[in-house]
Amino acid sequence: MKIVCRCQDITEEEVIAAIRQGATTIDEIKRLVRAGMGPCQGRTCRRLVSQIISRELKKPAGEIYPPTFRPPNRPVPFKLIMNEYAEQLEAEKKAAEKAAEKAAKIAAKKTAPKGGKKA
Amino acid sequence: MKTSFDAIIIGGGILGVSTAYELAKAGMKNICVIERRYLASGSTGRCGGGFRQQWSTEANTRLAIRSVRRLEHIEEELGYKTEFFQGGYLILSHSAEETAQFEKNVAMQRRLGLDVKIVDRADAKKINPYLDVDRIECATWCPTDGHISPFLLTQAYANAARRLGAEIHLWTNVTGLMKKSNVFFVMTDKGITYETPILFNCAGSFSRTIGQMLNVEIPVDPYRHEILVTEPVEKLWNPMIIDFGIGLYARQEHSGGVVMGMGDPNEPVGTFVGSSMHFMFEMSRRFTLLFPKLAGLRIVRQWAGLYEMTADAQPVLGPVDEVENFYQANGFSGHGLMLAPAVSELLAEQVTTGKTSLPIDDLHVRRFRGKREFHREKSVV
Repeated sequence: MKIVCRCQDITEEEVIAAIRQGATTIDEIKRLVRAGMGPCQGRTCRRLVSQIISRELKKPAGEIYPPTFRPPNRPVPFKLIMNEYAEQLEAEKKAAEKAAEKAAKIAAKKTAPKGGKKA
Repeated sequence: MKTSFDAIIIGGGILGVSTAYELAKAGMKNICVIERRYLASGSTGRCGGGFRQQWSTEANTRLAIRSVRRLEHIEEELGYKTEFFQGGYLILSHSAEETAQFEKNVAMQRRLGLDVKIVDRADAKKINPYLDVDRIECATWCPTDGHISPFLLTQAYANAARRLGAEIHLWTNVTGLMKKSNVFFVMTDKGITYETPILFNCAGSFSRTIGQMLNVEIPVDPYRHEILVTEPVEKLWNPMIIDFGIGLYARQEHSGGVVMGMGDPNEPVGTFVGSSMHFMFEMSRRFTLLFPKLAGLRIVRQWAGLYEMTADAQPVLGPVDEVENFYQANGFSGHGLMLAPAVSELLAEQVTTGKTSLPIDDLHVRRFRGKREFHREKSVV
């Protein structure tokens, strides 16, 4: 028994069984036996699964349909994302304030000479 | 290679394969499913995987009750493990307005024989100890709802359909359709032209395109819905949690990861299924609002799929007036997986016997012709 996916404890036999059911891509195998669904998102098993498919179906590894890569790059807790979100909102707020200040200054400059002439 | 079939189904999602299985079971032997990529590569394989019977319209509730009855025995019938789990659905209410709507829904659902009730904060806390119950007013609870693995259910149906003689052609894209003297010609990018007297449109988000090939307007528009999953952790809770007010659903998978998604009213029409940072931010905010204790849970992946929406958030089902023997099963508005077991059965009845055991005339596509006001399904995330 050879473990292919360490996160989900998936063995080579299970991957081969999925191929026997008609799976020809890494994504299909992921959907059927969960290889690549764990915390590492297939960083270890992606290549192994690809090798097994290419061996079983006698297809060169380059012709195997690649999986989709999705964020995040590594597991991130919600609170970290919330902090980032708060920082971003803060930065946006500051930028908006700055822009408003600048606009006010320009408006003041435009109106100032007129006011001066009247006076 | 055989290219002439008694029925061809376009789309290898849950609806395509379940319809193929039901047709084969009803006695049709010569059936083919044509799929653009692989099984469950579209909306089915990207969905949250829940099934519920708590709806605001009677038609949907009836379909859903029948569907769940079917799902309860699906593993024995198809001979395949599907991670079927009746953990219940807890739908949260935030306002008096929502509570009033829920009371109406529950009364209607109970009349149809569903075991569903309104629970207060204390009971909701018992059902889900991680929920911040001070945020909610009350909730509706149905213990026979639950969730299932969409991939395994699709594969189960596909394997069973193949055993009954149906063929499934993967990686074949339909490029054109033509009807001539009661025969549909299905042209594909493989260069093969298939022939069939009966055609099914189960193409999900691409149903409008398939309809256009025969000059039939199918008013189904795809919208991206994003979803994410956390690292696997020990059992937190059983049910699927839905919140229409905040706009999220969350469930814990069989393997321990928490899957959650949300609706975004600003999403444009389109078949783009990329990921966005906005979703990550917004989802984290909504989730930690309801489950403050779980702020330390780690996200391992986010992805996106398409809701095939209709104007009233109910499916397009049955034949069309313009072209004979062109059947529709699309526009499920995000609820195809949970309705498929019942819908495919009804569709097979319609095709083989001409009548159905539950009325589906209300879901005929002609309800959209010329009319601009609909009785919209309210219980949609």
